[in-house]
Amino acid sequence: MLLSNVLVIDATDRFGWLAGRVLADLGADVVKVDPPGTDRTRPEWRAFNVNKRVVELDLTRSADRKRFDDLVAPADICLLTPAAPPSLPLDPDALRRRHPSMVVVAITPFGSVGPRSAWKGTDIETMAAGGAMALAGETDGAPMRVSEPQAYAWAGAQAALGALIALFKRAGTGRGDRVDVSAQASVVTALSHAPAFVDLLGVEPTRAGAFITGRSIKGARYRVFWPCRDGFINFIFYGGNAGRRTNEQLVAWMRDRGAELGVLAAIDWKSWDPTKADQAEVDAIEAPVMKFFAAVTKREFLTEGHRREMLGYPVSTVSDIATDPQLEARQFFERVAGSAETFCGAFAIIDGQRPPLRHAPGAPFTTAQDERERAGGQT
Amino acid sequence: MTALPQALAGLKVLEFGGYAAGPHIGKVLANFGAQTIHVESRDRPDGFRLQYPPFKDDRAGYNRSGCFAFFNDSKYGVTVDLKKPAGVELARRMAQWCDLIVENMRPGVMERLGLGYGALAALNPRLVMLSTCNMGQTGPRADQPGFGSQLSALAGFCGMTGVPEGPPMLLYGPYIDYVASLLGASAALAAVLRSRRSGKGCCIDVSQYECGLMFMAGALQDYFASGRLAQRRGNEDADAAPHGAFPCRDGGWVALSCWSDAEFAALAGAIGKTGLAADPAFATPVARRANRTELEAVIAAWTRPRTADAVAETLQAIGVAAYPVVTMAGLFADPQLQVRRNFRVRRHPEMGDHCYCFPGFDLAEAPGDIIGPAPCVGADNDFVFRDLIGLSEVEYESYRSQGVFG
Repeated sequence: MLLSNVLVIDATDRFGWLAGRVLADLGADVVKVDPPGTDRTRPEWRAFNVNKRVVELDLTRSADRKRFDDLVAPADICLLTPAAPPSLPLDPDALRRRHPSMVVVAITPFGSVGPRSAWKGTDIETMAAGGAMALAGETDGAPMRVSEPQAYAWAGAQAALGALIALFKRAGTGRGDRVDVSAQASVVTALSHAPAFVDLLGVEPTRAGAFITGRSIKGARYRVFWPCRDGFINFIFYGGNAGRRTNEQLVAWMRDRGAELGVLAAIDWKSWDPTKADQAEVDAIEAPVMKFFAAVTKREFLTEGHRREMLGYPVSTVSDIATDPQLEARQFFERVAGSAETFCGAFAIIDGQRPPLRHAPGAPFTTAQDERERAGGQT
Repeated sequence: MTALPQALAGLKVLEFGGYAAGPHIGKVLANFGAQTIHVESRDRPDGFRLQYPPFKDDRAGYNRSGCFAFFNDSKYGVTVDLKKPAGVELARRMAQWCDLIVENMRPGVMERLGLGYGALAALNPRLVMLSTCNMGQTGPRADQPGFGSQLSALAGFCGMTGVPEGPPMLLYGPYIDYVASLLGASAALAAVLRSRRSGKGCCIDVSQYECGLMFMAGALQDYFASGRLAQRRGNEDADAAPHGAFPCRDGGWVALSCWSDAEFAALAGAIGKTGLAADPAFATPVARRANRTELEAVIAAWTRPRTADAVAETLQAIGVAAYPVVTMAGLFADPQLQVRRNFRVRRHPEMGDHCYCFPGFDLAEAPGDIIGPAPCVGADNDFVFRDLIGLSEVEYESYRSQGVFG
């Protein structure tokens, strides 16, 4: 395992769960510290805290604070989601002072500095603050978040990377560091290049519903979601080499099926340029495709699209994903030893092997002392 | 230049590929001090250079793309024609220089070029090679090409965005690519840490699809455990109520949520409807969800004449989570993002002064930075091949005369 010599104490709430999971999937020994009464039956808790061992500590009690201090002392990385202001023993600066070689990661909704650093935030406020909601939803409707929380995962993913960058530094210098993660700033990464439009052109990208904008210099919008027989398909008229092949193959597929082609029949895709099309041209291109896709199923589009090397994918539900042959072939979904539950497996394959999940969610962490006491009690 | 140490000083990274998924890995590593070389060719430049706006002054050009710039700051840019045997030979030499190769070609392309992991590891056993593509390197659809903007649909994100009675919603750009690039960067660094320790490199197969599913892991676990099919539900939440975005003055919006009856009572007081907290129609989260339309209308009537900032400040002062829905222009003026210097201006040789985006985290003692602007095509050929790779003048001239830097 890549991180098999690394000990991580994960004392986070939802904003940090994925960070610990990522490090665990890469082989670190991750011990999750939870407050008493944590509900471990919830799917989200189980999904993001599998592969960790758990110890429950009541940090309002001095005995448990001492236990936390002992637990964290040998850690290479400590993941925190500190309150504002932080309180012992979960104060990142105090931990850094006491353990100069430790990497202490503090994940907060809006970062540890700034006039709003103490503001309360959950998924929806940090998705809003990071710009993601402004870009999702109907043009004339309310900004939308993704119904499955995303900001926690964005923060967690950036936190894991920050922790490993600091660990790399430590390998060379012996000194740890304090990693400050802002969920708001983490979400900004999800916006891709949208902010560059403001900076370079003074143009404000906005939400476009089921359409894509910003690709045509004439301002045309392209349809992205097409109703199909059992749901929706995501298909976009792209340019470039890849787009040319896809567009040619779509027309060939439609021709094979005897579908009406309309203006598509006469287009030379080698020279067609989506950045130069105006709205009337785009509408004329899209009309026959709309009719064609209405009769196609999601799985049929996935299979035929693959066979024809076309760009585009069906809009999956979780059940479509759970039965996708590609994921089955790669054994992405995994059962963990001692449990009948199925989870997303480790996110990367190393030298042809997917690192196995080692701990069922909620697997207890016990110290050598616990073991001795337990053994003593049994005899 | 910074006087502070750079966390990834001494890490050497080579990139083959383009667009977002590969280059974003190298960009973040470069922000923390890794020497990162982006390899392309004049015939086959990075697709982000020419295919998508925004372009400086709306005029397309190899060195005018905001899209390319955003994911390639702080790197060196070189051109190597991999269609020429001498170009491949040069790439193999570069592979001996680096710790990490990131490539996002279609599966099999690097092998066909003679630049597969096996061939390169024979030259450099400590090499870590990360391959990232839509579906991963194996499986029945491994060869399927794709863009992240569409893969976000296959991974469930689009279907989970929007109102139940409407169509799925698009997430901007190749959303899922950045999930995969962040997770991939972590895997790459973990592998380099082991390689530095043990001398043993490895190859990493990153499927952008699978990485994306980590961000849907809760919904998937729920399906496996209970058969429940997660659906898009607008801005509703299973626990919090109210939970949504509300219209404000001047076209603004504010996001807010209440996670307990106490928070709702505070909100009710703030909007001058103290009685709501005791009203059976709104007293519990279940009741508030059942009467959502009515409740949201009452809240919207209070938010509409106010600015989003004023609403958020009022609610935060009484312990209710709220934040303006920040627009793309608003990001540049947001007080929190400003404190972090989230957008940093660097001077590009052709685009002039423009902004680059910093990652969502920073190190206190070894802070990262936008080290420099994105490179123009082949801008660093001289420096990289002579000073980093160490070609002699004779070798350099030989490659040049064979058109390898074309």
